[in-house]
Amino acid sequence: MKVKEHTGFINKYRYSISILKKVGQLREGPVIMVLVGLIVVSSLISPHFFSKVNIRNILTQVAIIAILAEGEAYVILTGGIDLSPGSVLSLVGVLTAGVMKWTNLPVCIAILLGLAVGTLCGLTNGLMVTKVKIPSFIATLAMMAAAHGLALIFAKGVPISTFPPSFRIIARYVGPISVLTIIMIAMLIIGQLILSFTRTGQYIHATGGNEEATRYLGVNVDKVKLFAFSFAGFCAAVGGIMMNARLDSAYPNVGQGYELDAIGSAVLGGVSFTGGIGSVGGAFMGALVITTLGNLLNLLRVSAFYQYVVKGIILAVAALSLSRGVKYAK
Amino acid sequence: MEDIPLVEMRKISKSFGMVKALQAVDLKLYHNEVLGLVGDNAAGKSTLVKILSGVYAPDEGEIFIEGKKVNFTSPADSRKLGIEMIYQDLALVPNLSIAGNIFLGREPVKNLLGMRILDKKRMFEESREIITKLGIDVESTKIKSENLSGGQRQTVAVGRAVFFKPRVVIMDEPTAALSVKGIKRVLELIKELRERGISIIFISHRLPNIFAVADRIVILRAGRRVGDRITRDTAPEEIIELMVGISQDNES
Repeated sequence: MKVKEHTGFINKYRYSISILKKVGQLREGPVIMVLVGLIVVSSLISPHFFSKVNIRNILTQVAIIAILAEGEAYVILTGGIDLSPGSVLSLVGVLTAGVMKWTNLPVCIAILLGLAVGTLCGLTNGLMVTKVKIPSFIATLAMMAAAHGLALIFAKGVPISTFPPSFRIIARYVGPISVLTIIMIAMLIIGQLILSFTRTGQYIHATGGNEEATRYLGVNVDKVKLFAFSFAGFCAAVGGIMMNARLDSAYPNVGQGYELDAIGSAVLGGVSFTGGIGSVGGAFMGALVITTLGNLLNLLRVSAFYQYVVKGIILAVAALSLSRGVKYAK
Repeated sequence: MEDIPLVEMRKISKSFGMVKALQAVDLKLYHNEVLGLVGDNAAGKSTLVKILSGVYAPDEGEIFIEGKKVNFTSPADSRKLGIEMIYQDLALVPNLSIAGNIFLGREPVKNLLGMRILDKKRMFEESREIITKLGIDVESTKIKSENLSGGQRQTVAVGRAVFFKPRVVIMDEPTAALSVKGIKRVLELIKELRERGISIIFISHRLPNIFAVADRIVILRAGRRVGDRITRDTAPEEIIELMVGISQDNES
């Protein structure tokens, strides 16, 4: 009788079990489960969690981290690492702010200039890695220091505030969601489409999987890496401009620590440090976990100091669960 | 006409730092020929064929394809001229699918609103055709190559080399890691490729395998070419002597 009951149970839930199994097999499986768990716990703990305003806030707060994580995912997929997105974000922020405040150039020129400078920072990272053959950890560490320094020099160490109204459109809302969220969605979709459906995307995966073989088959691996680093620089620049809009100020220190959120989101989202495995979608969900967790801890009135510790623990646990599937570590 | 070699490498030299890997090596490969390339470890076999496949640029020397001088700056250049190489470690990308590996560097694309996107359907179908023809049966060509057995991986590497109708296929130690049965299959494949008009450079340290299929044997020793023999006019003993450098007048 008991056995029969048991199979009855399985039959009843077979469909949901098979979905669960499929999710479990995905590279993004762990992050999906963590995210669902976090949302359930949050909504149980705080009645405000599912309120329209709170959801809107989370989706706005996640936007910048998600875009930085997307750029980070590109670089990690090729087998590298980028420590500079936070500093590049700061630099682009004060640059565009300065151009808007101190010159008569139109806002769109300031934005384009910022995007160009960010991309150039990324390209410089790429050139250091491919041409000068500096390991990406060191090359981007140098960029992290230099870009932060340039941001401080340019802003003379102080914030640049209050921007023209045409710029502040970026901080507005369209119906229930913010423009920042819309920019994020567009960036994520483009990033994932490039990875999944273009030759460049295929080569990014191949370079991270087996760089030598990819080179042997006639793929210009250096070009692939230059693209990935430049794209990451572009993402950091987009983040810098969004940060300006959100704060209506540009602080030369604003990006500090963001590289950790970017790397953390990507790794949480299943992007493998050995390269070649992972997705922009996963990095986005990783960013969402970090943001939602911060939101929950805020709702619980946990001090920001403890939040860092909690983030660290979550990241370590995530890395542990993900590394079980890896056959070898580089 | 037939006198013009398909591939001619003239006076190829290559050094890595202080190590002279190749010194003025000549190599000719004729149409419809299986050339065995033998030599002891570090004799320069792999370096020589990697120069032909465009991985390394030679320090000195010239390469001619059907009498025309060529200059390879990347493996893409040599592949364009129909030279394919099956690498010793197979050069597969573990996280790419079978199809992704077979088409790596030459993915078919289709036009979608002015953007060039991968023609995945064609990749999956055509790669399936080629590996089925080569005699392995997998559920799907979407399977990642890291999940394949050794024999299946080799078939994917072979499939990649023959798919684009090459004129020359270079095989670097294709039998090194294989069972007796696997070796037999590779040797049959070599004969089959020659019947289809493809010339082959076959590197192996197993002389019986070389003697089973090669028309001609070139012997390298310490970066120099020390012999060029028609297979039916020589014997394994002579080849070994040339490989290790024991000549008749060498005593004690």
